[in-house]
Amino acid sequence: MNRTRFFDHFILILGVLFMVGPIVVAFLTSTHDPYEIHMKGLMTTWGNDFLATYDKVLFEKGGFTGKVTGLAMLKNSFILGIGFAVGKIVLSMLAAYAIVYFRFRMGVIFFWMIFTTLLLPLEVRILPSYEVMTKLGLVDTYTGLIVPLLASATGTFYFRQFFKSVPEELLEAARIDGAGPFKFFVDILIPLSRNMVAAIFIIMFVYGWNQYLWPMLMTTDESFFTLVRGIKQILLVWVGAQIPDYNQAFALAVLAMIPPILVVVVFQSWFIKGLTESDK
Amino acid sequence: MKQVTLTNISKTYPNGVTAVHPTSFDIEKGEFLVLVGPSGCGKSTILRMIAGLEPITSGDLDIAGKRVNDVEPALRDIAMVFQNYALYPHMTVYNNMAYGLRNRGTSKTEIDKAVRDAAAMLNLGEFLDRKPSQLSGGQRQRVAMGRAIVRNPALFLFDEPLSNLDAKLRGQMRIEIRALQRRLGVTSVYVTHDQVEAMTMADRIVVLNAGRIEQIGTPSEIYHQPQSTFVASFMGAPPMNLIDADYRGNGRVYLKGGLDLPAPVETGRPGAVKIGIRPESARMVEIETDGALPFAIDHVEELGAIRLLHGKVADQPFTVHTSHEQPVPQGTAWLDLKTSAVLMFDGATGARL
Repeated sequence: MNRTRFFDHFILILGVLFMVGPIVVAFLTSTHDPYEIHMKGLMTTWGNDFLATYDKVLFEKGGFTGKVTGLAMLKNSFILGIGFAVGKIVLSMLAAYAIVYFRFRMGVIFFWMIFTTLLLPLEVRILPSYEVMTKLGLVDTYTGLIVPLLASATGTFYFRQFFKSVPEELLEAARIDGAGPFKFFVDILIPLSRNMVAAIFIIMFVYGWNQYLWPMLMTTDESFFTLVRGIKQILLVWVGAQIPDYNQAFALAVLAMIPPILVVVVFQSWFIKGLTESDK
Repeated sequence: MKQVTLTNISKTYPNGVTAVHPTSFDIEKGEFLVLVGPSGCGKSTILRMIAGLEPITSGDLDIAGKRVNDVEPALRDIAMVFQNYALYPHMTVYNNMAYGLRNRGTSKTEIDKAVRDAAAMLNLGEFLDRKPSQLSGGQRQRVAMGRAIVRNPALFLFDEPLSNLDAKLRGQMRIEIRALQRRLGVTSVYVTHDQVEAMTMADRIVVLNAGRIEQIGTPSEIYHQPQSTFVASFMGAPPMNLIDADYRGNGRVYLKGGLDLPAPVETGRPGAVKIGIRPESARMVEIETDGALPFAIDHVEELGAIRLLHGKVADQPFTVHTSHEQPVPQGTAWLDLKTSAVLMFDGATGARL
């Protein structure tokens, strides 16, 4: 009995080391100066430059134009992540509500049309999307960054399945209680979807946070840079004998990981509930 | 005074299936009317049409003297108790009961009074702050009742409200619901497939079969004077014994195996008939008496106070209900069929003769 438990823990600990190891190494490396990193590679010891590096990364203006600080990039990433998550949830919830609860002409066709957009991710339609955004004059705006990616077949599908599992009798009870379509949505469906919303929020926040291709295309102004792009930007300065600021790149990478981790930690109990159980 | 009137109400679904054929009946003010029938007989559809949850295909529905065919459920002055309770899982008991009143714009103090009165009546006082998931089945059922009561409606609708409860609780809630309804005097329509609920709770029963009314009557009428073999076999547990026989218009009916009985009625139209006898109306005797029928016992069900003897009369299944004091005869016994309790039905249509 005890032996089995020891073995179980052993496997779990191995798993943890496997997952956490690279992050620890990245963090430790970020505390050294770039020359040392350039010479010796990844570091597994604590360096002397922790405060200096993170101070520089967060507060010193960098990039080609020298306009953007790490803090600003952090803010941009947050705007993108939260804008994505909230926008996608609102949009897909409304779409699913319409599909499940209203009999409109060709409702099924519309649902499958939304569903097939799963086959057309941004990467496939990137040129037309860019063209539309340029014509609308939305290059270098948050709107341009967020809106083209808001339609979410995944979210719509999740909410549709969830709404379908809500007992019909709740709707009928609400009708008898005098709740119209709007009240039913706000008073009954939204509170019931709480766990579902949390789960999708996490997925979409991380998705938005990690966006790389679209922000790179849509924003040329460095003040719109996100953390993920910032990392790349630091490594791009390999000109002549200049060594990239490896320490800063690692520091940015560590910073870029913290918010998604926090979101997952905070929402995880809801996340699991939302994806597995349905308390009805 | 009539509280609800159904005039030729029918329901045909878009796919062409007719769930309810044109049906008419009235519900008196304060009456407890039970719709009973097997699944698919249209009883729930009728209830849902009264509630306004299901559009009425044709006919007129009047509640409290007003035609309500096209009135929204919320404006029909009804309250409904659902089979799965349909409580809002995220709301406390208090809010579950208050929700409908809030939507109507009732004042806060009035809502509070109505909810607390209903909770006191249903012994839910201490649970007002709980969520439905923290309550037992019986308590949830009571919250569902409370939600109906606070609205003080013209009509209560119950859709198989007890079928999710265990047998003991069901027996108890049956009495509670009926007592409450008497106290409040609210007209009620109650749908069930359980004939015991129908018998014990109803002022009047409507027996439905395949979208048509088979019979409307008091529990006693339905039980003792069934108008069709369907009603006779649906109501009562065990059901009425029905034996194929031949009526030749000479005052007697002839069973298989050369047996015969005095005909309970004279119709003047000879033909195949069914003879109906309730299991408790057949008196078992140990020795052959004049006119007694042989009863071959196959199986005995012991129910404590009574025994059910299953066997065959004239080669057809037959059940007899005896007291536990009466000894179980071995092999063949004799049945003395009290003629007044014997009914005769048309062999082809099943209609009472």
